[in-house]
Amino acid sequence: MDFQVVVLAGGTSKNLIPLVSKDVPKALLPVANRPVLSYVLELLEASNLKDLILVVEGQDAALQIGSWVSGAYADRLHVEVATVSDDAGTAGGLRAVAHHLTASDILVVSGDLLCDVPPGAIAAAHRRQDATMTALLCVPPVSGPSESGSAGGKDKAKKPGPQNIIGLDSSKQFLLFVASGAEVEKDVRIQRSILRAAGQMEIRADLMDAHLYAFNRTVLLEVLNEKPTFQSIKLDVVPYLVRSQLKSEALSSGEPLKEEGWNENGTTQNNQSYISEQHVISTHGFLQQRLFGSNGLIGAPKMRKCCAYIAPKHKYCARLNSIQAFSDINRDVIGEAIHLTGYSLSSHNNIIHPTAELGTKTTVGPHCMLGEGSQLGDKCSVKRSAIGRHCRIGSSVKIINSVVMNHVTIEDGCLIQSSVVCSNVHLQERVILKDCQVGAGYVVSAGSQHKADSLARKEKA
Amino acid sequence: MAQKKGGGSAKVADVADIQARDPLQAVLLADSFTQRFRPITLERPKVLLPLVNVPMIKYTLLWLESVGVEEVFVFCCAHAKQVTSYLENNGSFGSPSFKVTAIESNDSISAGDALRTIFERGVIKGDFVLISGDTVSNMSLTQALQEHKERRKKDPLAVMTMVIRQSKPSPITNQTRLGNDELVLVIDPESSQLLYYEEKAQHSRGVVSIDRTFLADRPAICIYNDKQDCFIDICSPEVLSLFTDNFDYQQLRRDFVKGLLMDEILGYKIFTHEIHSSYAARVDNFRSYDTIGKDILQRWTYPLLPDVLSNGNGLQVKVNRQGVYKASDVIQSRSAHIGPLSLVGEGTVIGDNSMIWNSVIGRGCTIGCNVSIENCYIWDSVTIQDKCKLRHAVVCDGVVLKTGAVLEPGVILSFKVIIGEGFVVPAYSKISLMTQPTKQDSDEELEYADSSTGAIDSPSSTGMENDSNGVFRSKSLDSPCWDASEVGVSGAGYLWLVGEGAHEEEWRQSVAPVPADKLKEFLRIHEDKKEVSSPTANVNPTSGESRHDSGSVDDDEDEKDDDAYFEREVEETFRRAVSDVPGVKLDNVILEVNALRLAYNMTVSDCAGALFHTVLKLGVESLSGTSRGLFLNAKEEIVKWKGLLKNYLQSEDDEVEVLLKFEEICLESLREYSPIFCSILQVLYDEEIVTEDAILKWASEKQGADESDKIFLKQCEGYIQTQKTAMFQTVTVS
Repeated sequence: MDFQVVVLAGGTSKNLIPLVSKDVPKALLPVANRPVLSYVLELLEASNLKDLILVVEGQDAALQIGSWVSGAYADRLHVEVATVSDDAGTAGGLRAVAHHLTASDILVVSGDLLCDVPPGAIAAAHRRQDATMTALLCVPPVSGPSESGSAGGKDKAKKPGPQNIIGLDSSKQFLLFVASGAEVEKDVRIQRSILRAAGQMEIRADLMDAHLYAFNRTVLLEVLNEKPTFQSIKLDVVPYLVRSQLKSEALSSGEPLKEEGWNENGTTQNNQSYISEQHVISTHGFLQQRLFGSNGLIGAPKMRKCCAYIAPKHKYCARLNSIQAFSDINRDVIGEAIHLTGYSLSSHNNIIHPTAELGTKTTVGPHCMLGEGSQLGDKCSVKRSAIGRHCRIGSSVKIINSVVMNHVTIEDGCLIQSSVVCSNVHLQERVILKDCQVGAGYVVSAGSQHKADSLARKEKA
Repeated sequence: MAQKKGGGSAKVADVADIQARDPLQAVLLADSFTQRFRPITLERPKVLLPLVNVPMIKYTLLWLESVGVEEVFVFCCAHAKQVTSYLENNGSFGSPSFKVTAIESNDSISAGDALRTIFERGVIKGDFVLISGDTVSNMSLTQALQEHKERRKKDPLAVMTMVIRQSKPSPITNQTRLGNDELVLVIDPESSQLLYYEEKAQHSRGVVSIDRTFLADRPAICIYNDKQDCFIDICSPEVLSLFTDNFDYQQLRRDFVKGLLMDEILGYKIFTHEIHSSYAARVDNFRSYDTIGKDILQRWTYPLLPDVLSNGNGLQVKVNRQGVYKASDVIQSRSAHIGPLSLVGEGTVIGDNSMIWNSVIGRGCTIGCNVSIENCYIWDSVTIQDKCKLRHAVVCDGVVLKTGAVLEPGVILSFKVIIGEGFVVPAYSKISLMTQPTKQDSDEELEYADSSTGAIDSPSSTGMENDSNGVFRSKSLDSPCWDASEVGVSGAGYLWLVGEGAHEEEWRQSVAPVPADKLKEFLRIHEDKKEVSSPTANVNPTSGESRHDSGSVDDDEDEKDDDAYFEREVEETFRRAVSDVPGVKLDNVILEVNALRLAYNMTVSDCAGALFHTVLKLGVESLSGTSRGLFLNAKEEIVKWKGLLKNYLQSEDDEVEVLLKFEEICLESLREYSPIFCSILQVLYDEEIVTEDAILKWASEKQGADESDKIFLKQCEGYIQTQKTAMFQTVTVS
């Protein structure tokens, strides 16, 4: 497969503070005790895509990620790490590695993607349509966790409005319109020319752009060069390509329309038109006819077709781009999406490392994970949570619906609910955390109670 | 769908049950309330015009009967007498369970009035089918009706079900094959609820704006550009009362459907039912008359076909190969040829070597030798003498074409017109024995008003209304004052003039297909548009820094549109003021411009810009050639209107805005001013319309612009420099 892969690993995303820090870039955040980036790399490896360019924002992050990758995947993948500045944006990241791109098609993946849709499927769809761009769309997992009964009292009732508004043609193969929810203030504005060409358009608000794209290299580089202001692939490059789909067609539509039965100058026009109308109904729609029709012309420039690959409903697909998503994904991955991790569940539906030590009367419920060398005291209860490596947890501690990273010390009598506790945190006795995030190395003093707080050490300036 | 079929038998019984309680009723509007079929409709109502030799209303009534409608109220307005007498003479529509009642009204001017009248009569008791008397369909209504009733049970606000059908508009002319403008519909794919209805789409902008709230409570919506409205509606009785409540609703689609969709308070809902394999279309204009006629000959409308409909009454029409329909008593010369897809009615005689293709010939026509008829609709008792040539024409009853007459594409000849020997009727002509009503109001509202009353309105036809034939003949004999340049020597008829604007549109809905050169023109326009729009079409609200310079194209386009309209309106207002009264009342102009400003949601500086533009235009108009003269003129105008301008220049920013506008004007619309930009600037300053601060601000704003934008800045460099030093001096002095 002549595809080059660019993995955009990002840097220290602002959305994820205090989970990320200088020491832990976004790509290395643990999901079920593995860095999130490993999921993407293994997904690519499974599709036999082993030559990767990894774009990282920021020098420090690049060093950390680079050393981790070379350690973990030394003999399995060939990864080049490229560093870009912190504010380069996704398009900037691509620009920085543009001179490395030689293959005819480029697969661009976001490093925070967790999904089990084989990239090969997108690549194949891309090739099949001879598209300029193919995007993976999926039904966001919002429905997933909520139906898994997140009894933790998450108020998902207030919907933030559709994230993406996506227009598809009747065959659901072509991408006709893209807008992010935030951009659309009041009206969804659709170019009439595209609507005319397609005949009908389905506007979906329930699809998520998974940030896995296949691009035609020539067009991608052209766009990146022509539009130096483009920063984001999702917000700039993709909408631009989608909008300009019909652009090159202007040149090609001069003559070919004659054969379409709509040219009404023949006397037989009327005889034909009804038939052709029927014919149009039976095919996928006009867009395709046009698209394929124009290919046969001599010298006609190729259409910039933008395609969509919609992930089947049962596939898992999520992006780790918010704290909420971090918690959700951790829970999902230990639960119903366990197949992503490659771990196998014990008879209690949980994963407890053989070296972990449990005190008496301590229960670890289903959908839990306990990392290597962690110790739990007596009478603890762990439900639907992931606990990292070498944690020391005292007695009578309750951990519900939370993520506890590595080397965390939790003293007796703590209650942790729906929270994220980062590495090297020290929770003293009888701390109660609800809906909190505790940044790395923080010490929570004994007996304190926090609710919906974000606790982190002040970064030394 | 499958599920519904599963429980089919039980539900059929259910429906039957409902029908037993409430007989299915229909309202048939025997008046289209438009003028598209003029001049023919001055003499005969549209629903009685023959479509493939059968009056249109017959198709509609037969269909209504076939779908189980038991009671039809035929609403007659224009030519009501003719319609009622037709219904009386042909009243025996099959079974006794099919009751046709005529409702006459003389004061209805729109479909809305008609429905209000029907409401007053109180004859509609349950759900009813609302249809126009010019609809040809063979669809089955059972499913649509059932869906409608089920929806009604669940949600009493679902008042209407609209029937739609696939029909892709032409990519070139953007009109459907029925000659209608393209339609944009937004439908909820799950419930098939109609959310948005936009007709005449090509007149609006390059974007379709869809309210975001549509997506708020549903995961997906479908936007259709390739659907056709069949104008068959299943309505609940509420529809009638809604028309009564909203007495300003005139048209079904433009007012009623849009009104309901916009109205969020009452929450009435409209649903759609799409038909896939059956036929439904409305004869809305001459193009659709032609298209539907051909569809009938091609048997898409089975069982509403000429050979089937002729069964039982008189002579049988037989189908031969290649879709040639011939009545059994047609006398056809051996050397005459009747081509594919043609119909020749009873008693017609066709002479030697005549050729007929794709045409419909009525009853009792006489066609001479060496005549060629292509794609024409020739009604009854028409005489076509030797060597005539007809292409894409509609020829009404009793017309005589003398030897060698030629009808070019798109010609409409109304009743009993005579075309002289060898005369060539130019394309798209409409000729009638009736004179054209002089009152031609372009205002759309009035147009409908005018048309609805039809013949009654126009003075020339008042007499005709009662007994058309008698009066007619006497008139044509009495006044042989026909213009030979219009109908040829010894011809009869008036050529109808089409309005300036209308002529442009004539080809769109003519019986003749769109001419090739028009198509080419359209293609060219398309390409031009694409080329023009492509550089801008790229930009989109983007993230981060790029946002400010890109902006949304669509916004730009929109705003430009609005700007242009606004400017024009301001100009018109201003000009009215200038021309009306010698001593213009400044206050009135200000008042009007303010009103416009609010209407278009513009800023004060926009007003100033627009007014300034107009002032400069006035300067150019009273032009005396040289730039010196122009300068003097402009100066005069500026001085004259400075009070007005100053009213809108409230802040420095407004003044800068005007300067920028001035620059734009010089570059674009009024290039005459570009050489004297600096002088005018001087005048503006001297008259205290702009302050020096504003000029300097403008200059500094321009400093960062492209070189090409700086032409005027450079022109004024010296001037600005002096201003600067002057200011500096004043500062230092003080």
